[in-house]
Amino acid sequence: MTSVASIELAEGVASTTRPEVDDLSLGIVGAGKFGTTLARAAVAAGYDVAISGSGPAGDIALTIDVLAAGTRAATTDEVVRHADIVVLAVPTHRFRELGSDLFAGKILIDATNYWEPVDGHDPELTAAPGGTSTIVQEHFPSARVVKSLNQLGYHQLQEHQRPKGAPDRIAIGAAGDDHLAVRQVMRLLDRLGFDPVDAGPLNNGLPLEPDGSPIATTYSADELSKLVTR
Amino acid sequence: MPTLEFGLDTFLPVTVDEAGLPIGGDQVIRNAVEEAVLAEAVGIDSFNIGEHYRTEFMDSAGHVVLAAIAGRTERIRLGTAVTVLSTQDPVRLYTDFATLDAVSNGRAQLIVGRGSLIDSFPLFGFDLADYEELFEEKLDLLVRLLRQQPVTWSGNFRSPLMDQFVSPPIPAGHIPTWVGVGGSPQSVIRAARFGLPLMLAIIGGRPERFAPYVELYKRALQQHGQSELPIGLHSLGFVAETDDEALKIQWPYYKEQFEWAARERGWRPPTYGQFLAEVDHGSMYVGSPETVAQRIAAVMRTLSLSRFDLHYAIGRIPHDRRMATVELYGREVIPRVRELLTAAPEPDDAAAVVGT
Repeated sequence: MTSVASIELAEGVASTTRPEVDDLSLGIVGAGKFGTTLARAAVAAGYDVAISGSGPAGDIALTIDVLAAGTRAATTDEVVRHADIVVLAVPTHRFRELGSDLFAGKILIDATNYWEPVDGHDPELTAAPGGTSTIVQEHFPSARVVKSLNQLGYHQLQEHQRPKGAPDRIAIGAAGDDHLAVRQVMRLLDRLGFDPVDAGPLNNGLPLEPDGSPIATTYSADELSKLVTR
Repeated sequence: MPTLEFGLDTFLPVTVDEAGLPIGGDQVIRNAVEEAVLAEAVGIDSFNIGEHYRTEFMDSAGHVVLAAIAGRTERIRLGTAVTVLSTQDPVRLYTDFATLDAVSNGRAQLIVGRGSLIDSFPLFGFDLADYEELFEEKLDLLVRLLRQQPVTWSGNFRSPLMDQFVSPPIPAGHIPTWVGVGGSPQSVIRAARFGLPLMLAIIGGRPERFAPYVELYKRALQQHGQSELPIGLHSLGFVAETDDEALKIQWPYYKEQFEWAARERGWRPPTYGQFLAEVDHGSMYVGSPETVAQRIAAVMRTLSLSRFDLHYAIGRIPHDRRMATVELYGREVIPRVRELLTAAPEPDDAAAVVGT
């Protein structure tokens, strides 16, 4: 089941079935180039954002002050408590260092991309027939994992944000087994400035993964919908 | 304005001959020496060699190549781009480059960083999971060896040193060591904490997006009580007589690099449109000397850079074409960039140039 998520659909679902539609809290685990870029985009979209690095909040205070002003630097535990939606933005070879129960009950957006030349050989991630997010879900069994926000390089995230209805607005997919979680992530994508596309279940994640081009391809909502239904 | 430095960077790619057949690795290495000798003759400030362990690059022992270049040149600075410090022994690195500094009469320099590939980790028996700790520890030891001997030091990844002198000694301030970063904020802060100059490696996207990292570096220097330090940029490029010629020569070799990976892994190679976008306003400096000079001058103003290293001629581009790029970069691009920067307009104008 895959549908083009028109903005109207996403908004309609939001207002009729989710009373907490105005919950604009977001957590980000990982204060690297991607995490800080996303934080900046989310703050601009009106979100209350908490972000963590691998250590105490003080370690990333200056980074956050300069690169993502308006975001709160925190510990990873605090980030998880801060929001119902948490973005996993750590280097792919490090997600296993996080506790398996850390994100219990939370919507966990897996924004990581596995690339062997950079992350080293990982037999499980290499083999994953349904995409690497299924392995992430196995590691965090109590989290509601949604694969999303991994399609663009961090600088593209910054360069392609567009208001609703802009003719050159690009699409970002969201794949997950928990439909409610997928819809909430789609709402986040829309607010960030992208056309959200429901990419089906979590094990349909491969079409969202990098295709090896040094410059990630961008798609309209129609193009991406076709890609994820192939 | 600090002294401007214009360098060339290469990974010693295995190139093809005029018939399109790959040449031997030994010939690639000798060709690189010729390219560096030409670089000095046309006034380029530095020649810097990467570090890889793959069949397509012959730069696994760059310091040996640099020593050969030292024997054929007198002025050009000789460095790395980058040294994969996490999998090197800092003591050995020191001895190699202190010796290079001696034979070259004080021309050795380093950029230390991760690089984008990780082949050296399994090859030398290191665990990629230890990357951060390895880099931090090894940078600490290297900086101590360069700045103040004897060194008393202990760490987790090598045997401790006790009141250790390592020969040959170097004069104070020799072997300037830059930290290469690819966009990790923590790496930017680390460079500032160690009081080392910053080398940005920008190989895709609009370079002006790195302005916040420059700001972060400056703020971190202040926070750690360091004085202002230079900032440099490493980016890809190719220079020919005209824009068309440069695009026509570089594109097929750029594409070919990614097509191999595409065939192996079912990936998608870049499109010509994506390549053109990078050339137009991204991080590839491809074109005539005037086009390339305008873009370099613009990025140097926007990011307050005092050093620019051109990673020239990506892929298997034949040696004679590489030589032509070296010559145009030295004789035409660099003097033009210096001229443009001397007549520096207001910062607002600089931003406008980048945006065009």
